[in-house]
Amino acid sequence: MAVGEVGTRRRRQPRTPYLLIAPAALAMLAFLVYPVGSVVYYSLQHYNVAKPWEDGFAGLDNFRRMLFEDPLFWQSLGFTVRWVVVEVSLQLVLGLALALIVNETFVGRAVARALVFSPWAVSGVLTTGIWVLLYNPTTGLSRYLADLGLMEYGAAPLANPDTVFAAAVLAELWRGVPFFAILLLADLQSIPRDLYEAASVDGASRLRRFVHVTLPHLKDAIILSTLLRAVWEFNNVDLLYTLTGGGPAHQTTTLPLYVASTAVQSQDFGYGSALTTAGFLILTFFSVAYLRLSKFGART
Amino acid sequence: MSTATPTRPTAPPGPARPRPARPNRAVRVGRWQIYVPLALYLLFTLVPFYWMVVFAVRPRGSTSLLPWPISTENFETVWNGLGFGVFFANSLKVGLASLVATTVVALAGGYALARYSFRGRTLFLVAMLCTQFIPGAMMLIPLFEVFRTLDLVNSLWSLVVAETVFQLPLSLILLSGFIRNVPVELEEAAWVDGCSRLRGFLVVVLPMLRPGLVAVGSFAFINSWNNFLFALMFVSEQDKYTIPVGLAFTLGEFSVDFGALAAGGVVAAVPVVLVFAIIQRYLVQGLSAGAVKG
Repeated sequence: MAVGEVGTRRRRQPRTPYLLIAPAALAMLAFLVYPVGSVVYYSLQHYNVAKPWEDGFAGLDNFRRMLFEDPLFWQSLGFTVRWVVVEVSLQLVLGLALALIVNETFVGRAVARALVFSPWAVSGVLTTGIWVLLYNPTTGLSRYLADLGLMEYGAAPLANPDTVFAAAVLAELWRGVPFFAILLLADLQSIPRDLYEAASVDGASRLRRFVHVTLPHLKDAIILSTLLRAVWEFNNVDLLYTLTGGGPAHQTTTLPLYVASTAVQSQDFGYGSALTTAGFLILTFFSVAYLRLSKFGART
Repeated sequence: MSTATPTRPTAPPGPARPRPARPNRAVRVGRWQIYVPLALYLLFTLVPFYWMVVFAVRPRGSTSLLPWPISTENFETVWNGLGFGVFFANSLKVGLASLVATTVVALAGGYALARYSFRGRTLFLVAMLCTQFIPGAMMLIPLFEVFRTLDLVNSLWSLVVAETVFQLPLSLILLSGFIRNVPVELEEAAWVDGCSRLRGFLVVVLPMLRPGLVAVGSFAFINSWNNFLFALMFVSEQDKYTIPVGLAFTLGEFSVDFGALAAGGVVAAVPVVLVFAIIQRYLVQGLSAGAVKG
């Protein structure tokens, strides 16, 4: 982040900037920092709203239960990784392609942009609503394709263990691709034109221009957007919670979804906090490692 | 030139500024290479929306795939019978309150970041960036505890607070980028003319921040309108449900009423899709202004 020196030449009494950031800082202390701290505290407690008589200090009991006695923890973690990797890579590829397309000049570009970006504004629950309609055997695409004789009646992708993953991935892609397209388009627009002109003069093919001019310029934006998106998809609960409910047979349960159902349904806050703490640790470790390994911010 | 080239209200001189966005004539490609993939992608984007609209407006029992004749019976069921009228009002209240709170707090903090250097500035900035990695879903339990202490459970204010806090960091950083783009000389001229710092800000800077304010405000509104998990966790009285919670309950019925589901979906989609259609230009421009580059 570039530090703006412009405004700092005036000497003011030093109180003003602190007063200005105070509301933001206090809100974040009270509603982000303190809660994160309290999660760590609760993770060391037995704390179940449904069984208050068992409450008390637990030491590492919750973590032992998580690591050694709870196959659902490992299963949900495995699915989370699969979900994040598949979603982020597909969204990146499609989003980059889309950004390159709508960065060109063509008739109707403004309308095309507004339309292809629009699913970004739609909530996870609404995405579920729409795709439930599309996937349902009596209301969905498959029924009308079957009417035309193109396929069998009765396909129910969400109820079939073989197809539920692909079905959920597709629904989330519909909503997720515009995120990358918007971010990458913003960055594409800041590439100086002379770079391309110079490359053209040098006789570089379009592919070479893409590889040697566009990609290096987009590098930091790609690293940052994939990281943000990975964190976001890791935490994406709304869609899976409503679309599959984590099923069938916990097949599509991510770690946060598992936390949410532990919190909302079984009200076991102590164990839920231990799962949350594990989630924090995994995310922090992943983010730091990702930024390090990808050499974010390094000059190319 | 189509509308896609942003015309920023200010063009402060400076060596570090990137060139304004401009389509690249040097890399012009064949028309079909644009239109064919674009058409395919549009199909993928629009068929789901179309499906929802058709199911929402067609009369009960119809199996037509054309949205004609239009019937409003699904909307009547949803709006009055299922309570979406109330949910809509709740969502609107929470969305607008989050918008105002986020924008005001982010403006103050963003101004401090853009115009002052002070001890702790970097720490504050890093802390803001770190919060981007705090998962909302993981905050359900601790935030619930906080709101229970503050007696805000089952109050729409809990949603406003939670939304605002999660929106703040990005909004603040975005707005400070926009404020930095307003030349400080303009403000100084106002001070020389006898304006106070606050008046100078209101008269000189604020009008120039319009694209940034539009982007940040609508971002806050859309995210708040769409939030499901906080609303599900913190509010359990039916007259305080927001639209996503209402929609989820429609989905969870034993035998889903697909007409009602689709109509509820249209009710949920119209405000945000409209807002988004208006602001998406500003959004690209706002991000382009350098805020995402860290």
